[in-house]
Amino acid sequence: MNSIIIDDEQTARVIIQQLCTHAEDLTVVKDFPNAIQAIKFLNQNDIDLIFLDIHMPDFTGFDFIQTLKNPPKIILTTSDRNFAAEAFEYECIVDYLVKPITLPRFLKAIQKAESFSPSEAVIPETTTPIANTNDENDLYINIDRRLIKIDIPSIYLVEAKGDYITLKTDTKNYTVHSTLKKIEEKLPDDLFLKIHRSYVINVKKIIDIEDNSVLIAKDVIPVSRSNRPELMKRLNLL
Amino acid sequence: MITEKPNITYIENLAAGSKDFKQQLIDIMKKEFPQERTVFIHNYKSNKLLDAADNVHKLKHKIGMFGFEDGYQVAVDFENELKGEKNSLYSEFMLILDAIEDFLKTL
Repeated sequence: MNSIIIDDEQTARVIIQQLCTHAEDLTVVKDFPNAIQAIKFLNQNDIDLIFLDIHMPDFTGFDFIQTLKNPPKIILTTSDRNFAAEAFEYECIVDYLVKPITLPRFLKAIQKAESFSPSEAVIPETTTPIANTNDENDLYINIDRRLIKIDIPSIYLVEAKGDYITLKTDTKNYTVHSTLKKIEEKLPDDLFLKIHRSYVINVKKIIDIEDNSVLIAKDVIPVSRSNRPELMKRLNLL
Repeated sequence: MITEKPNITYIENLAAGSKDFKQQLIDIMKKEFPQERTVFIHNYKSNKLLDAADNVHKLKHKIGMFGFEDGYQVAVDFENELKGEKNSLYSEFMLILDAIEDFLKTL
């Protein structure tokens, strides 16, 4: 089996490589410190097995799985026991290894991988968060296992609704499973501003401001008292 | 107060007699652990407790690798505490990090 390792911790990648030397017919083709690099690689290479860390910044292991149209076998590696139930909702997941990983437990997982055939479990059709990107004007969001590119300046409003956020652009709206805090980190400060605990706006798209609300496109958005001074600072007032 | 002391039993088992691998892994941890520790302390002192919880999550792996069992559970509990924006286990957690830092200097 040809495999790759995805883990943001170098120690973990080296350990898995070492563990793989004890398994017959298992080759580590490449290892990656993040999922985005691995996606690019998988677009051009066939792989039988992925060792995948769940807990990575920006793009988690679960986010990654949902980008794959035909996922290979996956062994999850994690320092968290709490994701086991969620992990086995995915038909491609062979096993779930808790770090630090011991050799006997690792070899058991490899045995499982060798005889593994996908169950009839269903890959969730949910939407998931946001990927980082090389172009500072692009934001990739994961919807139904597709990474969709959005031109950041075209976003005029981000609205939080429970565990989801809606990104409103000039042409289309997108709802993804994420938080306002997470998307704020992806948007340029000079263009976007949080004006309420549930809203981030593109200040270039403001049409007018009245009392404690902002008109942006066709949406009237409340401005909280604590965020109003920062908004006023950003305006080029006559 | 912690009673456990770090050890390299796990690393030696993993190395299975390979001195090169053992040294490679120790060298990586000597580089990676202080960075992870520094980032954690920075986030904690900046009151970014959710980010600090992520850092603790990552540090748990190395805490487990150095043979801490009670210490690993402290890290698990502290990570959960930080997610709830509490911090009563900070001092105890720092003792574990300090013990690992001192131990790494001897390797």
